Amino acid sequence: MIEGIDLSLVNWSRAQFALTAMYHWIFVPLTLGLAIIIAIMETLYVKTGNEEWKKITKFWMTLFGINFAIGVATGIILEFEFGTNWSNYSWFVGDIFGAPLAIEGILAFFLESTFIAVMFFGWNKVSKRFHLISTWLVAIGANLSALWILVANAWMQKPVGMVFNPESARMEMISFWEVLFSPMAVHKFLHTTSSSFVLASIFVIGISAWYLLKGREISFARKSIVVAAILGFMSSIYTVMTGDSSARDIAHHQPMKFAAFEGLYNGSEGVGLVAMGVFSTTETDPMNENLKDFAMKIEIPNVLSYMAFLNWDAFVPGVNDLINGNEKYGIMSATEKITRGQFAIEKLTAYKLAKKSGDKTQADSLKTQIMSPEFQKNYFNYFGYGYITDTQSLVPSVAISFYSFHIMVVLGMYFILFFLLALYYTLKGKIHKHRFFLRSAIWTIPLAYLASQCGWVLAEVGRQPWVIQDLMPTMAAVTKISASAVQVTFWLFAIIFTTLLIAEIKIMMRQIKIGPKSEGGTHV
Amino acid sequence: MEIIKRIFRFYAEGFAQMPRWGKQAWLIIIIKLFVMFVILKIFFFPNFLNSNFNTDAQRSDHVLENLTNMNK
Repeated sequence: MIEGIDLSLVNWSRAQFALTAMYHWIFVPLTLGLAIIIAIMETLYVKTGNEEWKKITKFWMTLFGINFAIGVATGIILEFEFGTNWSNYSWFVGDIFGAPLAIEGILAFFLESTFIAVMFFGWNKVSKRFHLISTWLVAIGANLSALWILVANAWMQKPVGMVFNPESARMEMISFWEVLFSPMAVHKFLHTTSSSFVLASIFVIGISAWYLLKGREISFARKSIVVAAILGFMSSIYTVMTGDSSARDIAHHQPMKFAAFEGLYNGSEGVGLVAMGVFSTTETDPMNENLKDFAMKIEIPNVLSYMAFLNWDAFVPGVNDLINGNEKYGIMSATEKITRGQFAIEKLTAYKLAKKSGDKTQADSLKTQIMSPEFQKNYFNYFGYGYITDTQSLVPSVAISFYSFHIMVVLGMYFILFFLLALYYTLKGKIHKHRFFLRSAIWTIPLAYLASQCGWVLAEVGRQPWVIQDLMPTMAAVTKISASAVQVTFWLFAIIFTTLLIAEIKIMMRQIKIGPKSEGGTHV
Repeated sequence: MEIIKRIFRFYAEGFAQMPRWGKQAWLIIIIKLFVMFVILKIFFFPNFLNSNFNTDAQRSDHVLENLTNMNK
């Protein structure tokens, strides 16, 4: 059924969305994490009355301000793209996506924007306590803004709390709380924000390390490292825990993504976790070059089964089980899902024709059938499969999913060690002597961004071909516009975002060189 | 009225005392918002459904048509 869709349009639209989302995500995690770090530092200032904490707070607030200014509103471009390039999708999800995004907009605007002014302009003009409250409200507001976006994203990964209404051709929310508190949303929010705290902590330690290497701002750098290392260590442990919960959500609700990021083609009981692996260049299945065997791998026995189902001997389905089905373990084949999806589309087509011909009785009867819980559960939940013609297209890029997951996990483990070392060396008063560690700390900053981006690559590439899991494949979500128009805006965005990134790095570098002593770097 | 004056003065003084990086950041924000809302939104990113259809009923019909007729 997808022959009529221009695949280059789909691919360019995906590339454009990926580009803008990834650039947007360069700015966001630092804002989320640095806001918390600043709030902690200012709390120490208000508690101790030590002016050095004020100087430290103001310096990091400057870098926060630069990052916030450059990054603010970059996410709005994604909303433009929804309306232009993804109009079918935008309409289809309207109510579900609209509510969280509206709340996000209101929260971001009123909470963050109002108190950011107090945070930057309010030194010595408002009381210490009110200033501190404002700083905390900015930090909380920024993270709450992220909550609503992540709720919307989690819904796309695991649609809950809605029913499809054929009359409006839209998903309609039946339970706001089910959408908000779906385990997928809760774990995604906690994992994303805690990993942002990790990134910001590494940023603070890396820049402090640069001062120590230069023999400047020693006390400032040590104090900053202690705060960042403690927050970073706690956050990285929490990120591992929430990542574990997220992996379990994926194993239950997106088993294909789970199989892809572990490179598991054939499921079995008591499956081992591939801790490290490299794919061979030859494919295991001549019909699908996506399926490759490992050239080498280090596997920990039974861990994947436990990770997925908290049972060392549990069966974990592989790509082939999910495509061909596995009766023994009650896994429906892709062909059966396609049949059910096609039936759902046929029913919707019958409704459309009845409505067009003015047969109100028939249209109402079909509407009732489509909206019935039984139809939604047995057929509409497979709606998106009705557009699939090749079952192999249900397999996301195994290599990208596998490598992005493993890079993220390996770096996550490294970060835990990194924070422990940073804390140990600083508390021992010897950190300035460990020049190799200080240099590594600077190079860990890009690694933190790499890990953060890999998390999103895994989340979004791993769920392909779905834009909404099982309900809408990417090719059904795009607007039928010219691919060349999307190409033009792709390059336009690439230029704009690259310019913004260069501006951010240049302004930040200059402020870092000036250092925390400058009173000129105190407020925006 | 006094509170409004105080808020105004708070912002005015804040902007007046802004350091160089703050002024640069604001310049970038203004240019960025102009590019996004005046150039990109108007010329490159019209809302497809809003600009091609007048009512929600027409929009839902169009999407329904797309969802049930992907191959045409």
